[in-house]
Formats: sequence, structure tokens, C-alpha cells
Amino acid sequence: MAFTAFSQSAKVVDQAPKGKSWIALILLAPGIAYMLLFFVAPFIQLAITSLQAPAEGHGIGQYVAGLEFINYWTAIQQYWPQLVRAFIYAVIATIIGLLISYPLAYLLGVTLRNRAMLQGILLILVVAPFFISMLLRTLAWKSILPVEFIGTDGSVIFGLIYNFIPFMVLPMFASLQALDLRLVEAGTDLYASPVTVFRKVTLPLSMPGVVSGTLLSFIPMSGDFVVASRSFLGSTDTAMIGNVIESNFLQTQNYPMAAALSIILMLAILVIVATYVRRSGAEDLL
Amino acid sequence: MRSFSFGKALVPVVSAVTLIYLLLPIAYVVAFSFNERRGRNNISWNGFSLQNWQNPCGAPQVCTAFSNSILVGVVATVVATILGTMIAIALVRYKFKGRSTVSLLLFTPMATPEVVLGAGLAAQFLLAGVEKGIGTIILAHTMFCISYVVVAVKARVASLNPAIEEAGRDLYGSPTQVFFRVTLPMLMPGIIGAALLSFALSFDDFIITNFNSGTATTFPKFIYISALKGVPAQANVLASMVFFGALLLVIIVQLVNINRAKRLAKI
Amino acid sequence: MANHELKQSGADLRLTGIQKRFPGFTAIENLDLEIPAGSFFALLGPSGCGKTTTLRVIAGLEDPTAGQVLIGGTDVTALKPHKRPVNTVFQSYALFPHMSILENVAFGLRRRKVGDPVAKAHEALKLVELDHVSDRKPAQLSGGQQQRVALARAIVNRPALLLLDEPLGALDLKLRRQMQQELKQIQQEVGLTFLHVTHDQEEAMTMADTVAVMNKGRIEQMGAPEELYELPKTVFVANFLGQSNLLSVDVVGGNDQAIHATLAAGGGSRISVARTRTERDSGTITVGVRPEKLRMHQTAPAEDPGINVIGPGRITDVSFIGVSTQYTVDVPGIGNVEVFAQNLEAGPVGHLDDEVWLSWLVEHTFGLADDHLETGALTTEFSTQVIAAQAAE
Repeated sequence: MAFTAFSQSAKVVDQAPKGKSWIALILLAPGIAYMLLFFVAPFIQLAITSLQAPAEGHGIGQYVAGLEFINYWTAIQQYWPQLVRAFIYAVIATIIGLLISYPLAYLLGVTLRNRAMLQGILLILVVAPFFISMLLRTLAWKSILPVEFIGTDGSVIFGLIYNFIPFMVLPMFASLQALDLRLVEAGTDLYASPVTVFRKVTLPLSMPGVVSGTLLSFIPMSGDFVVASRSFLGSTDTAMIGNVIESNFLQTQNYPMAAALSIILMLAILVIVATYVRRSGAEDLL
Repeated sequence: MRSFSFGKALVPVVSAVTLIYLLLPIAYVVAFSFNERRGRNNISWNGFSLQNWQNPCGAPQVCTAFSNSILVGVVATVVATILGTMIAIALVRYKFKGRSTVSLLLFTPMATPEVVLGAGLAAQFLLAGVEKGIGTIILAHTMFCISYVVVAVKARVASLNPAIEEAGRDLYGSPTQVFFRVTLPMLMPGIIGAALLSFALSFDDFIITNFNSGTATTFPKFIYISALKGVPAQANVLASMVFFGALLLVIIVQLVNINRAKRLAKI
Repeated sequence: MANHELKQSGADLRLTGIQKRFPGFTAIENLDLEIPAGSFFALLGPSGCGKTTTLRVIAGLEDPTAGQVLIGGTDVTALKPHKRPVNTVFQSYALFPHMSILENVAFGLRRRKVGDPVAKAHEALKLVELDHVSDRKPAQLSGGQQQRVALARAIVNRPALLLLDEPLGALDLKLRRQMQQELKQIQQEVGLTFLHVTHDQEEAMTMADTVAVMNKGRIEQMGAPEELYELPKTVFVANFLGQSNLLSVDVVGGNDQAIHATLAAGGGSRISVARTRTERDSGTITVGVRPEKLRMHQTAPAEDPGINVIGPGRITDVSFIGVSTQYTVDVPGIGNVEVFAQNLEAGPVGHLDDEVWLSWLVEHTFGLADDHLETGALTTEFSTQVIAAQAAE
């Protein structure tokens, strides 16, 4: 009966999933086992580590199992400035990133819709940063920007915005590319000014792209430690939560502290993202 | 009318500024691959030279790190592409208990900051007493690559018209024959795209690698370590080579697509 | 177009007690059907009537909940699609996008390891006059060409039974009419048994030897196209196949040849129906007549036992459509009656608000088995998407 549903217009076809479940099991088993072993188990491990107590004799990096919930309190007491700073940086960088990326996405998806060649060239330029080392590009800014600017809040935010522009542009481009321009014409026809048409038609219809672009940028930004590190665009005054996790884990080998901070970061992101998604009315996009 | 033309100008002007912002550092990296060598430092311009391009492995460790990155990228991509494609097919085509849980399991790594993923895996390896090195890097990269492969291939599987596979069965193809002669070839563009994405993510990953590499070095880690003392120009050379290679590949694919679209439009 | 290589008569198909249930609804209810070998059989019905499900059950793409499928006398109910001597021309054509036209056509031959698949594929492509595009990809062909490739890809296997699932649905009207002719010609050429599923009554009537009208998972009536048209047995068939004027009448008597009735709403007109042309012969029944069989009169026609008369009524609408003029006549106690009059004169003969009587020959009257038109679908939302979604639950 499903044949009549195969009209050319339907891109995603209704595929009644109905195969035998043992085939599904064979297909899933290796990959799921892998994810359980290298994604779920590490999370549990992180939780266990975050509650560990220092071993007798206080050897560096020596810890024993425990239930030291106090570790979380210590972590927050000691590192709340870096945590708050990370989120402030990420929020500002996401907002500015959105403001400068949307016009580019609009140009690609709407203005150049019928000019395949130019659109293709610009798209290649947008993805070009993916082809060249992110660390080298970030370092390049260190040489390009004025020396006095390096190591400030501004330089770190500047670097964060820079690194995530493509992640912002591409999802919004996909949404705007799919926008039916007749709706914009209909808005104009119904006495809406260009600004009103943008606010009432174009922007709401590109919301899925805006939401995924901002999430794809905000989450990695808030955990970043490369841009804010001293050898890149930061200084000791710009340390973010990621820098603290890194130094606690890899330098001072204070694993419980690094683990507690990781879990705090994860939970904070969860709360912020959930609030954002609810506010933007985009629950069904996820 | 004045405000309208202002609005009209806004989009291209902001776009141009954003593009320059995006591309300036690339130009810088490529330009400094041609910088004449004076000491280890490659920060100030000393003059044009081809010496770095003639000897890209000239700086200690740089080529080892580079080839490690390629090894990690290739192995992680191959494993992740196979496992991820299998999962993607199961998710779209089969009904089983806990399907939404599996989807969530595969989506979450992409929504987790890398520093958390890296620290978690490092804690895991620490507990298991595994010595960190190339092996642990590969294990870590395969994990996040699987997520991206599943998402990319799933979209392709979902857009397949099941009637085409039914036609295969109708035309005397056994289930195995239909899979290998009809389904898989139709999924190929999606699978290849997922593999390229997976390789790019692995090749350029630093944060997760940093937590799980021990003494082993990858190309991004090499740059991170050298950043304080000054990155040798050879790193710029190798990065530029990758850049131009990838760019060429993408341009060829684009041209082929545009040509095909033109040919189709004529009919 | 003569091609003796492909000439082979198909096998007959028999469905016994086929039933297909999906969670929440029944697509086919106890279906029995026999299609003789070599015939061109059309399954006609509105969307959601179960015709495509029937086709999929025959192809093996769907397992019936109950019943058996026999092809050439062999029970194939348990066989997987790739083991059945049946091929399908899919509605969306379902050509393999990554293979050339030639490889598409040769696919089935190669799977069955038939000798010389390339030569046979070329031959089939010649039959549909597309051999010159054999090295192209499907996306490079027009819709009509793709349709013909899909046909070649199916008939090259010389299946015992060829299933066509709304194969012309995606084509524009002109191309569709042309393909109808070609398809019919090819069927006569290759002599295979064709089972064609369509919702287009004109398509079914022009192409098929036998038409089965399907509604709500059952076959309402089956027969030659002209038989179905001239003597529909149910309200559904009377309305789905062309248009009908239906009257509710009380049977008051009769003789060996005919029954006599009066309008249920009152009024003096006597309506006669031949006993051979009515499903019921007592009580209140529904009788009908096709609009083109009616004649309009300015004055009451003389009584004649061979003629049924109603009226007077008033013309409420006149539509001139070239070959004919369509009148709507409001007859008290009956309602609107449609009359199609051929334009033998220049321009309409009746005018708005004219008082007219309507007459027709007793032998054009038919008596139906039921009285009310029930909607064609089993459920109100019986679109295929809904089925797919429900099946996926």
C-alpha cells in the first residue's frame, strides 16, 4: 500500500521498520558495545573518580575509592570564577557569532540560490577552515592581532567566535536554503515591510538552523581550553573551566578535582541548553 | 527606500567581513610556510623562501606526528564507518525495543564538550591500567567518529526509496544480493561523506587526544606543544599541503556535481 | 515490434480467501479472484480501497493475514518475492539510480543466471523503443522514458504474471493516453498476463479485458468494461464508473419479463425494470439510468410500456461542453437529474427554467443491490501515509 506514498515530492519516505529483530541485534551489537565501553563507562568512571579520596601518604596522582561529595563543593569554591567566565565567554561569542554568521548564511541560501557557481565557491570558502589545522589558525591570530590585545577577555572571545563560524553558518544555510521564497513574497504581498517579513516569516522559518548552529557552537565553546590557554590567545586571567580541568588532570594529576569539574560542566550545560531549547520553542527539533 | 537599500547592502557587507575573518588566518598559515627560516621562530616575516617546502620533514618530530595523525585518522575512520553504518541501517530499518535510547546514546557524544569526553576516557584508561599511546588515541577517536557517521548515514538511509529495494527483490535478488547490489551502492555517497567527515574530525582533534595520548604525538598535539617555543615552518607546510589537497578534492566534486546538474537540466 | 523471443503466454492467478490486516484496520477483506492466463485485468478503485495491497500480496512484498495465492496452479503464498514468477512495474518506476538503463533491464536476468542477459536486455529495450539510451542513467531520462524502462525491466523476465501499480499515474494526461495504447499493444505482443491497478476509470476501461471494481477491501463487481458500465450492480459501481441518476422506487408488481414500480416519494410515474437487469424485485429498491440515456421532452410523452417517464421538472443548469450539453433538471420528489444530450443541433435545445419531461428505454434501467453510497475508504483517513505510519507503530 505504501507505493502511492512514493510521490517524487516526498524526500524522506515512510519506511515501516519491520525487519527481523535478530538482524537488528547483529547490526547494533558491535557499535553499541563500543559506545558502552568507550562512552558510557567513562562517564561512570568520571563519577566514581570525582568521589575519590587521596591515598595514604599523599603520593601525587594516588587516590582510593571513596564517597567524598565534598570534592564538588571544593571544586565550586575554588573554580567558580573559571566556570562563570567560560559561560560568559561562550554566551557572548555565540551571540556575536550568530549576528555575523546569519547574513552569510542568508547570502548563501537565499541571495545566491540561483547562482550555483558562486554559491559553490562561497560554500567551499566557508568549509575551507576545516581543511587546515585549527591550532595553527588560532595561533595565526596571535601574530595578526595587536600584542596588547592578546591575553584579554576580548581576544579569547574573538578566538572562540572565529573557531565556530562554520558550525554556525552551515546549519543556518541548510534552513535558509530550504526556505520557500513564495512565503516571503506572500508576506510582502500582504503589506509587510521587508523588516517585518524578515521578523515574521524568514527568521521563524530558519529557527531550526539558528538553534542547531548556536548549540553546535555554544557547547564546545564552553568546554574549550585551547583558545584561552596562555600559549594561544589567553593569559592567566582568562582561564576557562576547560583549562582548569586540563591542568588538574594532566599537570597536577588531581583526578577527583578534574572529574568533579567535568561533571559540574556537563550538568551546567544540560541546564542551560534545556532552558534555551524550551525558550526558543524548538523542543521538537531535537 | 533608503532603509531598504541599507538592508540590501547589509547582507553582502557583513558576509564579506565574516568571510575575511574566516579566511585571513588560512592565508597567514599558508604564507608563513614560505617564510625564510631564521632560528626556530616562525612569527616574523623574514622573506620568501621555498626551503621549507623542499624539506617538510626538516623539523624534529613534525613528520612523525603528521604520520601518526594519518594513521589514527585512517584506522578510526574505517572502524567508525563500518560500525556506524551498521547502526544507522538498524536504526532506520528495524523496530526494536530501546530504539530511542540507542539514538540518544549516539547523539550525546556530539553534545558533550570534548574536555569531558577526554577526561572520562583518560579516567577509564587510568583505572584499567592501560598505557596511553597511539592505541588509546585510536580508541577515543573511533568513539566520537561513530556518532557522526551514524547521523550522516542515517539521513541517507532515511531518504532511500524502499520501492527500489523492493524492485530488487521483485527482480529475483536474494536479500543479500539486494543489499550488496542495490542498497549499499545507493548509500555509498552518504557513507563516503561520513568517512571524510570522520577523518577530518579525527585528524584535527586536539582536546580528546591531549587527554589520551601519553607520550605519543599527533600533528595537532605537536603544534600545541611547540606553540610556546614557536611552531616550525614545516608544520605550516604540512598543514598547507593537506589544505590544498582537500580543497582540490572538494572543487573536483563540486564541478562534477554542477556538470551533472547541467546535463540533467538539458534533458 | 514483432518479437517472438518474448512471446509466451502467462499463467493464471487465483486468490482464495485473501485477507490483510494492519494494526488498526483491515486493508483486504476475504478476497477471491481468478485471472485467466493471457488476459489484461484491471483492478479499479479509489485510493485506499486495498488494490495496491492486493498487488503487494501477489508480488510477495506483503504477507497476507489469511488466504492463498496460486500462480499457474502452484501455491506461492509462502515464497519470498525473489522466488516468485511475478514482476512488478512500480508506480515510482523504482529504477536503480546507480545503474545504466541496460543494467537495470538485465538485473533480473543476471540474478536468475539466464544466458546472454545483455542481448535479451537490448531486445526488451527495442520493444519499448529505447535501445538508443541503454547506456544512460535513469536520472537522464524523462518520466515517460523511465516508465518504459520499468516496463522493459519487468517483461524481459517473461514473468507468468506482470503487475502494474498505477504505472501511468505520474505522467501528464497526453502522455498517459499514449502510453495506454502502447501498453495494451505490448501486452498483445508478448501475451503475458497483466494485472493493472489504477484509480482512473477511463484507463481501466480502455485497456483491460476485464475490470474488477474494488471498494473497502472487497471486489464490488467484475466484468467486461461495457458490462460494468451498462449494468452496474451497486451504488458504488454506478457512481465510481461514470455518472448515474438513481431513483428510490417501490415495487408494485410485474410480469415474467419486468417488474413495475412507483416512485417512493409519490407521483404517478411508473418505472419498469427488466428482471434480468435488477438485483432485487420486491420492496423499496434503488434503480438507475445513465445521464446520456435520457431524453428531454417539451410536452409529456405518450404512454408506452417500453419507456420510463418522469416529470415534469425544471431545468436549473445548462453547461455547454462542445460534443454535448449537460442539463440539470430538478424533478419534484426526485431531486436533481443529470441529462447529457449530444449536440445534434447547433447549440443547446433546452433553456434555463424550461419545463421538461424525461424519458428513457426500460432496457436501459438497472436495479441495484444496495441503496446508499458508502464512502470508498474503510476509514476516513485512509491515505497511504497513514497506513505506513500505522504499520510502523
